[in-house]
Amino acid sequence: MTATPMTTTDAGAAASAQAGTRRSGNPFAMLRRALVYVLLSIAAFVSVFPFFWMIVGTTNTSADIIRGKASFGSAFFDNAATFFTQVDALRVFWNSAVIAIVGTVLTLAISSLAGYSFEMFRSKVRERIFALLLLLLSIPFAALMVPLFVMFAQAKLVNTYVAVILPTVASIFIIFYFRQATKAFPSELRDAAKIDGLKEWQIFLYVYLPVMRSTYAAATIIIFMANWNNYLWPLIVLQTAENKTITLIVSALTSAYTPDYGMILFGTVLATLPTLIIFFLLQRRFVEGMLGAVK
Amino acid sequence: MPQARLDRREHITGWAFIAPALILLGLFMIYPIVWSLWMSFQVGKGMNLSFGGLANIERLTKDAVFQRALGNTFIFFIVQVPIMIGLALLFAVALNDSTLRFRGLFRTAIFLPCVTSLIAYSTLFKSMFATNGVVKNALMTLHLTDGPIPWLTDPFWAKILIIIAITWRWTGYNMIFYLAALQNIDRSIYEAARIDGVPAWARFRYLTIPMLKPVILFTTVISTIGTLQLFDEVQNITQGGPSDATLTLSLYIYNLTFKFMPSFGYSATVSWVIVVLVGILSFIQFLIARDRRSA
Repeated sequence: MTATPMTTTDAGAAASAQAGTRRSGNPFAMLRRALVYVLLSIAAFVSVFPFFWMIVGTTNTSADIIRGKASFGSAFFDNAATFFTQVDALRVFWNSAVIAIVGTVLTLAISSLAGYSFEMFRSKVRERIFALLLLLLSIPFAALMVPLFVMFAQAKLVNTYVAVILPTVASIFIIFYFRQATKAFPSELRDAAKIDGLKEWQIFLYVYLPVMRSTYAAATIIIFMANWNNYLWPLIVLQTAENKTITLIVSALTSAYTPDYGMILFGTVLATLPTLIIFFLLQRRFVEGMLGAVK
Repeated sequence: MPQARLDRREHITGWAFIAPALILLGLFMIYPIVWSLWMSFQVGKGMNLSFGGLANIERLTKDAVFQRALGNTFIFFIVQVPIMIGLALLFAVALNDSTLRFRGLFRTAIFLPCVTSLIAYSTLFKSMFATNGVVKNALMTLHLTDGPIPWLTDPFWAKILIIIAITWRWTGYNMIFYLAALQNIDRSIYEAARIDGVPAWARFRYLTIPMLKPVILFTTVISTIGTLQLFDEVQNITQGGPSDATLTLSLYIYNLTFKFMPSFGYSATVSWVIVVLVGILSFIQFLIARDRRSA
């Protein structure tokens, strides 16, 4: 590739001679096309292989997994049995579910209300506060975790669901996301509802919420996944085995001196299944939801 | 859109609706940030802290482990982020071609890693990259290596493994942002350039890249923040080892606070190093993006 940039006309003159053959039959174009397919196929294979590995792994013994056996074995029921004897699975799933569901509902309520309000009731002071929040978005969690831990320790709330959920509930990212989405909410609807005599909270609950349901669906997926998969903060505040989430348990099993991979991969499948199911059910909304923030 | 002036009632509603979020953010974000800044000037063990002036900053300059962690974090950042952004761009441009077959399939496959939790995929990678594991078998079948690569026990290869793992997990995520941005670009510009005979690489260099610049900046900043906060993967794949070769700043803070004799003041100082780095790097990235635009 030449270092000096071609001007458009140079490039045009040079290439116009072969422009007629460019569309079809050109061996270079066909070669390039083939290369694109090869590249994408390799990328797709590399992306999907670990999932295949995870499923195959649940049927193999730990020794076979370490040896790299990539075909189905017969140890599935043994692995499941080991997992269920070592892990109080019901309890662990209950912990994960409570934290993820309660956290998601609270985050949706509090952050969507704030996002709606920042967009709907603009004032100078609130705009400044919003700008400050965006600035805080880049503060790493590492800078908060020490004081947060001390705060919850002093409040005697360590090792409780409350300690895991509360700091995540007001999410700047979700507030921002709802503010962006609210820009598309027709303000005529609010005006009409006001004329009908609805109070502001009624407008939010009975007009805004139903109209914005796809925004809520996307946000639900994002928040649920973040809560379900959250690791560092729960690792710090959940200290006894009976309160740990599935994510923490899988991590703890992996860091054993001689990890039993067959059983661990069985646990990993269980831990991944809820998010995988949600993803395939709501794939389109999920992608849209992730993009909501940049549109 | 010109906004009508708010009346008094609306003004009160505006505050009432953001109040819950603001109170929670104040309590669990702003207060801990200010506190950790204050803490970073304190010395002592556990909760017996006293004001130490710049003692912690002096300790940073003498702390070989901290410098190791800082160096590792930088290596991850400088090597991994460009590779990932480059691959994501490549895949996005390839998938944006509407004549390509199996687009949806390729897109879903490459995006799929984002659905896994950081812990789940760390576990998978740890088992796949076991000394005699499936990756070694694959590499040997392809005649790329003669013997096992010490992924988990060699300082150099452990870093490579972490880089491979993060790239696997996040490339599809970045790709989605580029795909969305590409779909917003007016196709007729490309068509005109193509008819003028502008070669493919020049279209990429002089049309695609400039138009994607804001999104590239956005994803670069997000990836920078993510890499500087790297924790889950190193904690679960290598535990920061071997001999601190994959220790990151976040992991060091965690160890300082919860593993060694708790040293809250000093770990707060290390966490502020991350805050400052994120600030500086984001600022530099904004400058670069602005420079290119005016050039």
